[in-house]
Amino acid sequence: MRKKELKLVVTFHTTADAMAMEKAAKDFGLKGRIIPVPRVISSGCGMSWTSDLLEKEQVLAVMEKAGIDVEELHEVLI
Amino acid sequence: MIYFDNAATTLYKPQEVMDAVLTSMKSSGNAGRGVNEASLSASRVIYQAREALCDLFNGEDPRQIVFTMNSTHSLNMAMKGLLRTGDHVITTVLEHNSVLRPLYELEQEGIELTILPCDALGRIEYEEIPKEIKKNTKAIVTTHGSNLTGNLLDIHRIGGIAREYGITYIVDASQTAGVYPIDVKASNIDILCFTGHKGLLGPQGTGGMYVRGGLRLKPLLSGGTGVQTFSKEQPAEMPTHLEAGTLNGHGIAGLLAGVEYINKKGMSLIREKEMLLMKRFYEGIKEIEGITFYGDYDTEIRCPIVTFNYKDYDSGEVADELLERYGVVLRAGGHCAPLMHESFGTVEQGALRFSFSHMNEIEEVDKVIQGLKEMTTE
Repeated sequence: MRKKELKLVVTFHTTADAMAMEKAAKDFGLKGRIIPVPRVISSGCGMSWTSDLLEKEQVLAVMEKAGIDVEELHEVLI
Repeated sequence: MIYFDNAATTLYKPQEVMDAVLTSMKSSGNAGRGVNEASLSASRVIYQAREALCDLFNGEDPRQIVFTMNSTHSLNMAMKGLLRTGDHVITTVLEHNSVLRPLYELEQEGIELTILPCDALGRIEYEEIPKEIKKNTKAIVTTHGSNLTGNLLDIHRIGGIAREYGITYIVDASQTAGVYPIDVKASNIDILCFTGHKGLLGPQGTGGMYVRGGLRLKPLLSGGTGVQTFSKEQPAEMPTHLEAGTLNGHGIAGLLAGVEYINKKGMSLIREKEMLLMKRFYEGIKEIEGITFYGDYDTEIRCPIVTFNYKDYDSGEVADELLERYGVVLRAGGHCAPLMHESFGTVEQGALRFSFSHMNEIEEVDKVIQGLKEMTTE
């Protein structure tokens, strides 16, 4: 298994929100990607967005600009 | 075959639509059920389709676009999700059974129903709407265009009335989505129900609805969503709240291609061609003795539909002869619009409905005009 790193993980209420996030990230040049919601955060399945911890401010700014609701924001070892 | 039954479904689809379905069938996984490329590619296409449809109808937020099987599905979700015992609803005789039957069913459960009549040309009196509004009036449900006569209703005007009285306005855009511009914000439409396989040129089994943000509907279906797995309830957030089970990802890919085709070609150009064919057909047959038209043909703001009967002939018999002799496909009978036929006194006879696509040709129209002239002079 690969070595774990501390990362920023944003979860969403719906798949549509996750897709909106992926699109907004691309539009604003934000680095990161869609991953399955880590089960340490929730066992409820679904998609989440992960970026480096340093990108936190940018992630939040992009989400605000795109009007995407954050379900939860986490810093987790993944 | 000359296909003039486009109000039932558009037979000629753009190549782009077929290509998109095929590509999707070769590459799409289950949307929202994983983050592998197969699943993500389906999720992305579906989200893109939400955006395209939201733009098309000038909605606020793509997440308020819900995918369904067709207009009937959307209308059932809208009316059964909104109305409760004791509520009053206003609708019209122009409606299709996809509006009427759910309302009759709800009537059995204690909702009150008012059905506005039409005049001899199939038009309603807009001044009558406010007179029918009561304290418990919850919704107005109307079609945008009659599938029988092709008459349009002024949804902008009705939306204004609904807004003035604080009533929810539900529109059935089965005949007009993709053909006429619809602006849900400007026209105060709270729920817009559409199908994918008619004017939007997508595959059958696709459709959807736009639900105004903040308007809550009780879901018709609950089940798998790919999110919030351990919650006992259907997620509250849109569009997942109203989308249980695997979406028709392959079909939605085709629907997206249909919308893109319309945007590229231009909705007004598509409509102009269809209106040209409709007008040519109407003008070509209107002098035939014994023809009775149904609908208002004095206006050019209407669906590309011409409906009539010939003398007292059974409409099915005339349609069969047109098919046998000239290979013309049209629709005879009741068209799932029982109250319109009651209004016109055509319950027994039905009616002949010709409906045009921009992919039909003038020569096809001329052949049918000629055929009808031959048939009616023998």
